[in-house]
Amino acid sequence: MELLCPAGSLPALKTAIDCGADAVYVGLKDDTNARHFAGLNFNDKKLAKGAQYVRDNNKHLHVAINTFAHPGGEKRWQNAVDKCVDLGANAAIIADIATLDYAANKYPELELHLSVQASATNTAAIDFYKQNFNVKRVVLPRVLSIQQVKQLSRNTDMDLEVFAFGSLCIMAEGRCYLSSYFTGESPNTVGACSPAKFVRYQETNNGLESRLNDILIDRYQDDEKAGYPTLCKGKFNVDNNLYHALEEPTSLNTLSMVSELMKAGICSVKIEGRQRSTAYVEQITRVWREAIDSYKANPQAYQVKEQWNAVLANVSEGSQTTLGAYHRDWQ
Amino acid sequence: MKLSLGPLLYYWPKQTVEDFYQQALKSEADVIYLGETVCSKRRELKTRDWIELAKALDDQGKEIVLSSMALLEAPSEVKILRQLCENGSLKVEANDVGAVQLLSESKVPFVCGPAINCYNASVLKLFVNKGMQRWVMPVELSRDWLVKTMTDCEDLGIREQFEVEVFSHGFMPLAYSARCFTARSENKAKDDCELCCIKYPTGRPTTTQEDQQVFVLNGIQTQSGYCYNLINDLPSMEGLVDVVRVSPSGSESFEVLSDYRGALKGLDKPVILGSKECNGFWHQISGLQTQM
Repeated sequence: MELLCPAGSLPALKTAIDCGADAVYVGLKDDTNARHFAGLNFNDKKLAKGAQYVRDNNKHLHVAINTFAHPGGEKRWQNAVDKCVDLGANAAIIADIATLDYAANKYPELELHLSVQASATNTAAIDFYKQNFNVKRVVLPRVLSIQQVKQLSRNTDMDLEVFAFGSLCIMAEGRCYLSSYFTGESPNTVGACSPAKFVRYQETNNGLESRLNDILIDRYQDDEKAGYPTLCKGKFNVDNNLYHALEEPTSLNTLSMVSELMKAGICSVKIEGRQRSTAYVEQITRVWREAIDSYKANPQAYQVKEQWNAVLANVSEGSQTTLGAYHRDWQ
Repeated sequence: MKLSLGPLLYYWPKQTVEDFYQQALKSEADVIYLGETVCSKRRELKTRDWIELAKALDDQGKEIVLSSMALLEAPSEVKILRQLCENGSLKVEANDVGAVQLLSESKVPFVCGPAINCYNASVLKLFVNKGMQRWVMPVELSRDWLVKTMTDCEDLGIREQFEVEVFSHGFMPLAYSARCFTARSENKAKDDCELCCIKYPTGRPTTTQEDQQVFVLNGIQTQSGYCYNLINDLPSMEGLVDVVRVSPSGSESFEVLSDYRGALKGLDKPVILGSKECNGFWHQISGLQTQM
């Protein structure tokens, strides 16, 4: 089972490789990827250096081209695929059917992974991507329970990759327009959810308020830690009951599922967080490397170590973690 | 331009559904979509019942289309999808790429629904080759996006091979989750939801701490807090859009259809949208905003 780590910068990429990642995934410095944030991602020069570093260490490089091509702008997405090939990357992670079509026709040798943003959750959808574009691997959306992951794995010969750790998208990825409903910008069209330029914090008599495009997302009392106002993680009223109507600020953590994921034949576990710091990448990669190695050394004796969870909780949203949809109780 | 009645997104008792569609036959709708698109646990009407109802409504002057589920997670749900796709006579609205796969395999013509990520002309071309006859644009896209996409379609020589439909009135489906937010709002687990969404025939309004209605919870679906209304934008759809969709909210949807028919005929003056209505997506601004 491959450990696939995020790299939003060259230092993060090197750190991930040094700390035991089998593969890293990166994005280009434009809106062809779903973490299109200022100061993040790779220009051509940095990308060439990163690719060299990965090659020198005999690891794998995946390039995320996981937004949807704009009308009249398809060239940009095609250029991203061209770059991926020129670079000698091991795989392109693609969401848009148009981009998949281009890549499959022009570069039949390029290994294609179906991005989580394409939201393939069933065998019929997987067949579509396999038959039309010879997709080799599917990244599963975080809406499936572990039972459903196992069922899928039994019913398809497609390689499956799952999210193992990081910020938790609670909606089927690629099929959520909440961000554009609030701000006009969404992951699919712009490559960002709840974009930072719309975020505002303000001290008021009611406490510290966080807003997204002026819409109140949450209010914090003095003893509460203020989080980033990702709109699905705010506190809202349903019939005069104020609570996290969609989801609490929390991160996905599947350390306790390593053995189930291994047994289900999952080929890769992905760590979310290209937008996070190099320190985050270092800590997460070390913990997950140790967990996977410890399982491989002695599957029967595998146990999550307290110190692993402590490290992970420290870098989690709201310092909380969850098994998310993998565990049916969450649903 | 034709008018359509989109699939019912809420969970209503069987009799209410049947009465609603009898009324729909007499409404201004030219196209009627029907079927469960949100949650496979809703079984007031089973798949077989939906197909029977659809067939009973067919040949009565309206185009009838069966709509498929947006989020398919279990093998049993793919089985239901197959049943729908192999109904024998009716067109199907595909709301997941899995449906496109099954429909193209069985050579059934299809409508590409708004829950499929189809953002550009190259995807449309591929879908046309697989049997797509109509495209319902994703709700977050604008008129400008549509114009550019259609220009690209002309260049590809496929502009005339399919119709364009725009979700124009109703609470927009904005997201799909594994989690049931209606069950959560009643402190119930999804596995033990008691199908409580039947108590909320137009979903559960959800507001900020400043009383701004931002969402409507509808099972695993999150809808827009405001009602989308493009009635004043119909002139800007001329020559661009073939079908205008009204999403059902109850019998008032038939009045909406009549209003839209009037507007299409140019009989009515522009209306001032209410404070809980919006049209932002069409104007390429945030969805919840209103452009006068």
